[in-house]
Amino acid sequence: MDKPQNNRAWFMVLPVLLLVAFSAIIPLMTVVNYAFNDTFGNNAFFWVGVEWFKETLESDRMWGALQRQLIFSFTILAIEVPLGIAVALAMPKKGVWASVCLVLFALPLLIPWNVVGTIWQVFARIDIGLLGYSLGLIGIDFNLGQNASAAWVSVIMMDVWHWTSLVVLLAYAGLQSIPDAYYQAAKIDQASRWAVFRYVELPKLKGVLLIAVLLRFMDSFMIYTEPFVVTGGGPGSATTFLSIDLVKMALGQFDLGPAAAFSIMYFLVILLVSWAFYTIMVNLDREEERNE
Amino acid sequence: MARIELKDLAHSYLPKPGGEDDFALKTIDLDWDDGGAYALLGASGCGKSTLLNIISGLLEPTRGQILFDGADMTHAPTTARNIAQVFQFPVVYDTMTVRDNLAFPLRNRGMQASYIKDRVQQIAQMIGMDSQLSRKARGLTADEKQKISLGRGMVREDVNAILFDEPLTVIDPHMKWELRTQLKQLHREFGHTMIYVTHDQTEALTFADKVVVMHDGRVVQLGTPEELFERPEHTFVGYFIGSPGMNLLDAKIDGNMATIGSHQIPLGAGYKSPEGHTQIGIRPEFVTFTTDASGLPVQVTQVEDVGRHRIVRVGFEGNTLCAVLPEGTPLPEGTQHIAFMPEQIGVFANDWRVTPQTGGAS
Amino acid sequence: MSTSTVQPTDKAGLRRLASYAMLIVYLLFLILPIYWLVNMSFKPNVEILNQLTLIPQNPTLGNYANILTDPTWYMGYVHSLTYVILNTVISVTVALPAAYAFSRYSFIGDKHLFFWLLTNRMAPPAVFVLPFFQLYSSIGLFDTHLAVALAHCLFNVPLAVWILEGFMRGVPKEIDETAYIDGYSWFRFFTRIFMPLISSGIGVAAFFCFMFSWVDLLISRTLTSTEVKTIGVAMTRTSSATGLDYGTLAAAGVLTIIPGALVIWFVRNYIAKGFALGRV
Repeated sequence: MDKPQNNRAWFMVLPVLLLVAFSAIIPLMTVVNYAFNDTFGNNAFFWVGVEWFKETLESDRMWGALQRQLIFSFTILAIEVPLGIAVALAMPKKGVWASVCLVLFALPLLIPWNVVGTIWQVFARIDIGLLGYSLGLIGIDFNLGQNASAAWVSVIMMDVWHWTSLVVLLAYAGLQSIPDAYYQAAKIDQASRWAVFRYVELPKLKGVLLIAVLLRFMDSFMIYTEPFVVTGGGPGSATTFLSIDLVKMALGQFDLGPAAAFSIMYFLVILLVSWAFYTIMVNLDREEERNE
Repeated sequence: MARIELKDLAHSYLPKPGGEDDFALKTIDLDWDDGGAYALLGASGCGKSTLLNIISGLLEPTRGQILFDGADMTHAPTTARNIAQVFQFPVVYDTMTVRDNLAFPLRNRGMQASYIKDRVQQIAQMIGMDSQLSRKARGLTADEKQKISLGRGMVREDVNAILFDEPLTVIDPHMKWELRTQLKQLHREFGHTMIYVTHDQTEALTFADKVVVMHDGRVVQLGTPEELFERPEHTFVGYFIGSPGMNLLDAKIDGNMATIGSHQIPLGAGYKSPEGHTQIGIRPEFVTFTTDASGLPVQVTQVEDVGRHRIVRVGFEGNTLCAVLPEGTPLPEGTQHIAFMPEQIGVFANDWRVTPQTGGAS
Repeated sequence: MSTSTVQPTDKAGLRRLASYAMLIVYLLFLILPIYWLVNMSFKPNVEILNQLTLIPQNPTLGNYANILTDPTWYMGYVHSLTYVILNTVISVTVALPAAYAFSRYSFIGDKHLFFWLLTNRMAPPAVFVLPFFQLYSSIGLFDTHLAVALAHCLFNVPLAVWILEGFMRGVPKEIDETAYIDGYSWFRFFTRIFMPLISSGIGVAAFFCFMFSWVDLLISRTLTSTEVKTIGVAMTRTSSATGLDYGTLAAAGVLTIIPGALVIWFVRNYIAKGFALGRV
């Protein structure tokens, strides 16, 4: 799109800039300050350089959390994206049932994170929860926090429950934008169901799926509340992901220096991934505009 | 290739249609001869796309039958009908190359690779895309994409019919002409049955051997362009075909004389006084200015010079009539008299043409 | 002429059946946990703990009564709603002109600015917890509604800008030009003509700000203590303190779902567009 050059547009952006600067830049400066200094309290700081970074990088703690985080993020992406597409394809295309499906699907997305945790905690309890009780009846003694694998299954199941609908909604919106003529043409060309998906639906879904993957990757990378409520990061540190570890370090132990160094590296990783996605997205947008 | 018959066909988009108004297609009986080039002409919303989708099997008609060479296809799925269709907007598989796009319908039907290769090459040459076969379809212009759609429609040799749903809507005017000429040539070469839906009379008249005119869910006339011009069966055809359309005047018909108010107009043939709302219709091409005072007294209101001829608009007792004057004739001005060529006057009762009782060309 | 036999449609029918089956299984998977929560909220604790019943045997509103009569519970909702609404108003108000600028003009650094805003949406709140705590303590805003509302701007303002920009892109530029030619001032044009045109976009942006502010626990828990006790905090604290009062906990949970559920119905046609940051 051609947009006129107008630097006065900055004035319109100014309020946003100030507000976000206040809630992002100033706090970040504090973090940077902590990351390079040590303190014995009373606001007396002395310079320690990259000491905290070294310490954090050398400790197994962060690497463990990062590794768990990556496994978690990729696992839920591998489940949620195909499942979300499949459900979107199975959904009715229009009518009352489509609306009913949309509303029911969207429901988990709007439940406060901690309530999501509570719901699953209760649902899976062997004594009072439907799921736990039913599993108990068929001989599976399932308890959320009993061991590492049970905790992982719970956290992943909960995330799939909570967020697959996001992929569904986006994929559904993408599918809606495909004109009927494409399906009719494919029918006339005698394309198989798979070919319709591969050559008609998937190309149109590419844009929205990229957004879905981006959002799910980012949000799962920052996941805090649900594991906090359900497993508290345990047992041991089995489900201690980056955010949980960071909050433990900063607010629990008040290890400001290492926590700050940790924060900065955490943020940089996110920034890098965001940038990669953003570049791809902008390029896709541009390509589409050129084609129209 | 097949002869397609539509028998007592009707379609409604409502689940339980009541009166006639609920039907998008009212009763239709129509035969499409094998190898014919047909145009389906009508204003938007007249039901022509509905009819097309019923033929291709994308819609099932509420009532009636579709026969392909005598075999009942009414409930057969699209794939069993072996037809091809080109849509209004280019439908191409963006991620495939031009070659794969053209080969797609053949591959899906399990044709041999060597045959596909030759056939694709041949079609690509015809649509003028052979130099771009290896390009991805995304990034091509709208005309190029539509050419691919046309090519995909044409690529199967054994199709029963090729249906075109206003295929040139998105194409630039000069390309329109070129593509239409190509289509015509392809028709001559392969002899496919082609049905071409359009609302543009020029497109219809230049492409088709036979034109089917639809109005309000009905077929009002099937005929050659010449027939549509000279003997419109319905006032809609008279008005829709021709530029400008036919002049229509309310008149009383008695024998071979039409009476409009206090004026008498001789007709080319005799009619038994028809019932209902009666009108006479005359093409502007057959309206002449005359010095004879027995002609209709009119007031010239506007003259448009459109190059080869001039269109003169005149007022007559509250009606506007058109006359086409060949170049070189003197321009009439002010109050004039006009006369109609009697044998070119059509008589309509309740919008349908009335057959004359005795003699004459009408 | 091809064969006129009707093709077997068993395969297509089977596929449709399979897809409906999957849809139903997925819906059950989504709905059952919520159903269980609602079910529990109408049971007395004795029933919850002693038997597993699919429908409350002794239905009671006691759990809801507990919440509506106990100020530590119901004030939690009031506090949460206060900062959530405050945040929504602030976010949408500042985002409107900014989104307009991004959608209509190009200016020095616009692309970088836009990306920087995106990164804030993607910033892990955990990183900001400690600095927020210190920042708001030092300026005396700690434990106030405004502190939480401002802190939530970190992720909601970028979100609102993104969503609104997506909607605004869909409005043709000619409308702006026509309005200027007709002698409208920018402000009058923006409030009288432009905002009504993108009202659905504003609705969606407001809804998403509301939602993300409503569902957050981490930041609101960090920035509040005694004066402002949010409902999320009330739930976590009560569940750990009293431990066994599942009925009340379930009722509190149900009450947090209701606002979201109500709003979804109104924005159901735009919800996907909102989640895609206005880019579907």
